[in-house]
Amino acid sequence: MIHVDGLTKRYGKATAIDNISFTINKGEVVGLLGPNGAGKTTTMKILTCFISATAGRASINGHDTFDEPLKVKEQIGYLPESCPLYHDMDVATYLAFAAEARGVAADKRKLAVDRVISDCDLGKVTRKLIGHLSKGYRQRVGLAQAMVHNPSVLILDEPTSGLDPNQIRDILALINNLGQEKTVIHSTHILSEVETTSDRVLIINNGHIVAQGTPQELMARSSGTTVYLTVKGADAQAQLSGAAFVKQAEKIGEGKDGFIRLAVQGADARDVSLDLFKMAKEKDWLVSELKAETASLEDVFAKLTRG
Amino acid sequence: MKNAFTIFKKELRSYFSSPIGFVFIIFYLLVSNAFFFFVQDFFKQGQVSMRGYFAAMPWVFLFFVPAISMRLWAEEKKMGTVELLLTMPLKEWEVVFGKFLAAFAFLAITLLFSLTIPVSLAYLGKPDMGVIVGSYVGALFLGSAYLAIGLYISSLTENQVVAFIISLAVIFVLLLIGIAPVWLNALGTIVSVCEYISLLSHFNNVTRGVIDSRDVIYYASVIVLFLYLNIKNIEARKWR
Repeated sequence: MIHVDGLTKRYGKATAIDNISFTINKGEVVGLLGPNGAGKTTTMKILTCFISATAGRASINGHDTFDEPLKVKEQIGYLPESCPLYHDMDVATYLAFAAEARGVAADKRKLAVDRVISDCDLGKVTRKLIGHLSKGYRQRVGLAQAMVHNPSVLILDEPTSGLDPNQIRDILALINNLGQEKTVIHSTHILSEVETTSDRVLIINNGHIVAQGTPQELMARSSGTTVYLTVKGADAQAQLSGAAFVKQAEKIGEGKDGFIRLAVQGADARDVSLDLFKMAKEKDWLVSELKAETASLEDVFAKLTRG
Repeated sequence: MKNAFTIFKKELRSYFSSPIGFVFIIFYLLVSNAFFFFVQDFFKQGQVSMRGYFAAMPWVFLFFVPAISMRLWAEEKKMGTVELLLTMPLKEWEVVFGKFLAAFAFLAITLLFSLTIPVSLAYLGKPDMGVIVGSYVGALFLGSAYLAIGLYISSLTENQVVAFIISLAVIFVLLLIGIAPVWLNALGTIVSVCEYISLLSHFNNVTRGVIDSRDVIYYASVIVLFLYLNIKNIEARKWR
């Protein structure tokens, strides 16, 4: 469990995070979302005891990051941004070092290393130098070292950055898997990732938490469903704007033969495509497009972080 | 202590994970042996003594030892691995001490290969082995002091070359103040203070094979001081 209360970090005069509070329960996978420079990495660096907060407290499984850094460090596995590793070590040697440094007992070390090698699918590269590995493999080595001591909390800073779509899918599947028994906090700015992996999302911007909730809850906060309608009929736009179920009908384009393209928003943010169809039928309009689009997490994100 | 040993193993392995470590040792042996046998004209001296070898050591080490210590922190900072290292459940002093020990071990291994000289001397005549052993111990103290300084300076930058040059400059000054004030004899107490601070003046006894407790205390103090500064500097990262 991760508990953060009133956390603030200032670098000189610049405030990286400002009075952030949140709690992540055991077994939860939480996505930390935000544009670059929002304060995601700073938050993670404080949680891992790499840096100290200017004000506020953070604790992991009840151990305070300031008072008991060693206890905290024992509980966590950390994958820093850009996945720094020793390029002159081979994978197996490096993981054995990580296991030893993270306090895995000597007689269990080999087992621990073998387990993460199989979990992260590193079997083919155990004797290769890390410096010679592809980005995807390096990322997996980074994940493996974070899990080698079987920590209860995983802190992953952009675990999928720079990977190709297949690799991203693999890593996300792994995180999903881990989430069944571990507390995971991972940061990203790719929204589809949190939609599929996270139980909950924290959106941070300019050092503040601007929204939190399940991906579904957040999407519900958006402007709702927009229906795109390409129609030909006498005075169609004016009549639509006047209809009771329409909040707004905006002309966004002009087609051939007198067709116009409209973006229609329903009065109560619901999908009004059926109403539109019925109305067009009644009025005998010609319809060449009728498409409903629900706002994605992307829209919510853009709305929240662009002000 | 167990954790310091973990770091020690990682760092020592790293010295030999590329040919650089071996190249370094060979280069050191070439330079120091050439200096001893040819520049100092060992064969014309008619003495089986290593005094000249050790007298040159503060100056030979000036170039070689900062090269051993320069990467220890600077590379971790540049690669970002420092973030992983310092978020492992290790205490700061354990990491610093482990790195220092590894550098010390590498220096000791390098010196081990120079034992061909005393072996040759024993073959040529009857050298005073007590003096030679004493001088080797003294050389390890001197080298350790250089390493502690270099390790600390490496923690201040993420550029190995900068770490090397600044370490060299600092050690150079600490050597020079042992000689320069001789020209300024008028200044009295300042001269003796400078002589006390200088890494060089404490090494003079060593070349005669004498291990004086005052010199040991001096070198130990330099080592402890710079390792302490190093630990404090690593801890200070949290507040930047």
